[in-house]
Amino acid sequence: MSAVKPETAKTPQLATLPGDDVRQIMWRFADRYDLQMLVQSVRAVARGPVARLVAEGARNTHEWTEEKNSLLEAYDSAGITSVFLEPEYGGFIAGPKNLALALAAFELAWVDGGAATGAMAGHLGLSPIHEKGTPEQKDEYMRRFSPPQPGEDRTIERSAFALTEPIPYVGVDTGVLGGKVSVKEWKEGEEPILHVEKRGRFITNMAFANFVSAAVDSGDERIKGSCMIILEENDPGIYDRGTATKKLVHQLSATSDPVFSLDVPASRIIGGYTVKDGVIIPNYSHGEIIDSVFRRTRVTVGLMTAAKLLSAVEPVVRYHRGRFRGGESDQPGSPRHQLGLQQKQDALHRLVDIWATGEASASLGFAAARLFDELDPLDHRREEIFEAHDIPAGRKAIRALASRSEPAIEYVRLAAKPEDERDQARFQELEANELVQYLTKNALADVLCPACKLWNTGHGANMMREAVSLMGGYGITEDCPGFLPQKWMDAQLEATYEGPEAVQRRQLSVTMTNEVFLAQFEEWITEMRHVAGLRPGSGACTLASAMDLWLWTLRHLLEAKDAHGVPLYKGHRQGVTFPMADALCWLLASRYQIMDLIELEEKGAENASLAEALPGYGAFYTDLCHVQAAAAGGEVARICSSLVFGYNRHPCWTTDGDRVYSDSELTVLENVMPGLCSCIVDVLDEDGSPPVKRGPCVRFDGYEPFTLRRGKLDGCLTGSRMAKDNAALALTQVTIPEALDYPL
Amino acid sequence: MATGFHIVVCGSLVPDPLQTLEPVETPSGPGLKNEMMLPSVLDPWAAHALYEAAHLAGSTSDSKVWLVSLGPKARLQQLMMNIAQKVPFELVALDGPAGGFTDAYEVAAALAGAIEKIDGLDRSRLLLFGGRSSASRDAGVTMQMVGERLGITDQFLAVDKLTVQDDGSLRVLERIEGGMYLASGCEGPPAVCAWSTGELPEPPNNPQVGMQNMRTIMPALQQAQPAAVGAEGLDFQKVEVPQQRRDTKIVKDVPAEEIAREIVEWLRS
Ligand SMILES: Cc1cc2nc3c(=O)[nH]c(=O)nc-3n(C[C@H](O)[C@H](O)[C@H](O)COP(=O)(O)OP(=O)(O)OC[C@H]3O[C@@H](n4cnc5c(N)ncnc54)[C@H](O)[C@@H]3O)c2cc1C
Repeated sequence: MSAVKPETAKTPQLATLPGDDVRQIMWRFADRYDLQMLVQSVRAVARGPVARLVAEGARNTHEWTEEKNSLLEAYDSAGITSVFLEPEYGGFIAGPKNLALALAAFELAWVDGGAATGAMAGHLGLSPIHEKGTPEQKDEYMRRFSPPQPGEDRTIERSAFALTEPIPYVGVDTGVLGGKVSVKEWKEGEEPILHVEKRGRFITNMAFANFVSAAVDSGDERIKGSCMIILEENDPGIYDRGTATKKLVHQLSATSDPVFSLDVPASRIIGGYTVKDGVIIPNYSHGEIIDSVFRRTRVTVGLMTAAKLLSAVEPVVRYHRGRFRGGESDQPGSPRHQLGLQQKQDALHRLVDIWATGEASASLGFAAARLFDELDPLDHRREEIFEAHDIPAGRKAIRALASRSEPAIEYVRLAAKPEDERDQARFQELEANELVQYLTKNALADVLCPACKLWNTGHGANMMREAVSLMGGYGITEDCPGFLPQKWMDAQLEATYEGPEAVQRRQLSVTMTNEVFLAQFEEWITEMRHVAGLRPGSGACTLASAMDLWLWTLRHLLEAKDAHGVPLYKGHRQGVTFPMADALCWLLASRYQIMDLIELEEKGAENASLAEALPGYGAFYTDLCHVQAAAAGGEVARICSSLVFGYNRHPCWTTDGDRVYSDSELTVLENVMPGLCSCIVDVLDEDGSPPVKRGPCVRFDGYEPFTLRRGKLDGCLTGSRMAKDNAALALTQVTIPEALDYPL
Repeated sequence: MATGFHIVVCGSLVPDPLQTLEPVETPSGPGLKNEMMLPSVLDPWAAHALYEAAHLAGSTSDSKVWLVSLGPKARLQQLMMNIAQKVPFELVALDGPAGGFTDAYEVAAALAGAIEKIDGLDRSRLLLFGGRSSASRDAGVTMQMVGERLGITDQFLAVDKLTVQDDGSLRVLERIEGGMYLASGCEGPPAVCAWSTGELPEPPNNPQVGMQNMRTIMPALQQAQPAAVGAEGLDFQKVEVPQQRRDTKIVKDVPAEEIAREIVEWLRS
């Protein structure tokens, strides 16, 4: 401890790493003590028993061992198992639970992604029942899943979700089911008994799951289409858990390839069924159920990777600072002693990038989780709302809904205006209209969920590699503090399961063209310009310009054709649609990061314990936002330029030679209009031969709106590297704890 | 007739021990660098007292536990998100500084005043618990003074074990030097017990308990009265920290004997 010294610093400095009070404000749970307690409770498990297992090398086995199994009890007693449950079934959080699950997964993945996956997979198995189950199914399985209440003598039942099948069946494409359901016995007036044949591949929690939600297709003309069905370990037939998957990652979750050959009553069809003309018609296809399940759980996965990135900051700073301490020439107090590798700019800049990515992905993920909390009450009453607004059921709904997007767009426009500048009566009318609210929120959720899953995990995995490389050789050993190399590998699984990147890109390429979403996106451009006026250093202007460029490009691509006259923006042209989806993710993450900065600065002032530190956090987060907005701008510019020009034919000397001036022509022209020559790039020699290159340079006729936007965006990067330097400086000054609060 | 105990535990927050603690001069006197931002924990000795209190209350019917905490309100709220999940209690909060430069006399006065105001507290059944010491305010006298102010003269100041005998009397083991215990008998409440480490581990978090506690904790925090305990008017001419060397070392797979040997070596050097 040093002697007392006066605090002399004048400019706001980042004093400490952000603590709970900062996070509660940024991620909007400052007024939710149920969630704040959940965070503490999960953290104690993550940094206690989970971390100890990892440190002891429990990840070095594929099998589900006793010690790994002991984690289940730790999850139960800390309330992690019951987060998902309604209070009537022993849960402690009332209302939608997306943010709660997101926070729980974030805390666990801060230490170990496998623990997070294992804890969440139980919820995944139960989700189909929660989302679409009949009241009886919900009652039965929620109760079995819940921790025993006082006086009850039973153990908690655990669940798994079995969709993926051995090759050549379900993987990324979930349509081609190999699992089959047929009628085994159907006595007059009785419930049919069904026979299920299903093989699973890579099914999480299978080592101990007591029941499974399995996706199967009809293998019988007396059953229509596909469904999800509940299989129990004591059903007659084979319930083979299969051998453990030899995973290189997430070893604290149990994964295997199970085989089921079971007889079950038809009442196990999730969501129930009707019988028409002697045919069992499930109320929901497997596709409908997995859509409604994954759109929620994928957000949680995105947050796991965000947690890894943010968890890397402290160990990297500590390693860098202490790198040269204790050496022969080491002098305590010297810059080399104090800063170590932090004396090197590159080490700092790379950590700034990692931190900025972590912040942006957390902001995006938590925003998505909150949105689902808002959407849930509407979504669960969707059929009722549709009926009230004369939207037909089934496939016809899609067309009918498209025709209702206008009032939703109108609502978006009105909502973006100040109260005194809009037709308030109309605004309130639309706000009270549940269909409008559903369409608006749903359009956004359809984008935010895949964006968060795709970008957080995919780009996050790349950035985890950066974090690992900042730890040098240590970074690829089991002894690396913060388990960074394990987290790097784990991130790749997060990018893969619950729908790999291709699935997310595919979904985005459709949902991001929804006009109700695009109207919101357009309003955000204006909003970001406004933010830039108030917070010039935040990169909001850069972001607005990048958003504008992306939007122009999308609208262009939707109409444009390639050099062969073939339309560009089509489902099979993943070379066009997928990069645009990627580009959008960068923009969204950066936007939500800036929104969280604003929230922190506005609400932080109300928190007495933050008063002193707030200016420092504000300054640092402003710089981080700027860094991230510039990175997003760069990605977007690169992608948009390559798509706008990349499908055009390059001009060549033979067909486009007439656009080229000869040397002598130019001399004449220069006399008429001095200075003209400086604009000319292609000049024929005196003997008429073209310069040695592929052809005349490309002209931008018709692309002025693009080149203007692109030029503007480039200019908008002004100041972004200064911001990075500032953030780097802050990394050298921030106080970190003496040691990590979980074992090595 | 009610037979259970009314146990009041005095305890507040201290900075998390993993943090880097650096004394600095602040506009309101000496303090710790980034004091308001450092994550905090319940003062370890007070925490032992709280766990012992909950255990005793749980095994003696008709008993109840209060936690009286004097600290910055916003920090106390953060602390509660963790502590409230451990054991059932009712919070009485006082809003004031809880750093190393408060005055034990003023603190004792504020705590005693707050305890006197607790609704429904039966002083004849009162066991006043607290820490024998504090991780940041180590005068070691606060509990004594609170007891005196409340007129409780049976005081035990380094308790490791408290047993309720069949006849309702208390048997108390207190730590004394040389690894010995002083065993005392006491007819019954009211009594003061300032705890050493006790015998109980930290209970795991249970959000159900937390949700139950929060019903009274949040209002208590909102109603927290300000307490002036910052030794106002006092002029610190010079502040010195004890000569201290702090070496943090993370080890893995090292047996306890080896760790003990290293610590002895370190002390000797
Ligand atoms: C540890 C672990 C746990 C898992 N847990 C579960 C679980 O609990 N339940 C469950 O049901 N499943 C689970 N899975 C399965 C997981 O969801 C699948 O592995 C994943 O969906 C990918 O399927 P696949 O492996 O068959 O890849 P494939 O379908 O073979 O795809 C491979 C790659 O091909 C490309 N590709 C494929 N199709 C397309 C396309 N249409 N367009 C563009 N590119 C395409 C993509 O690059 C894709 O990543 C788990 C997997 C692992 C590894």
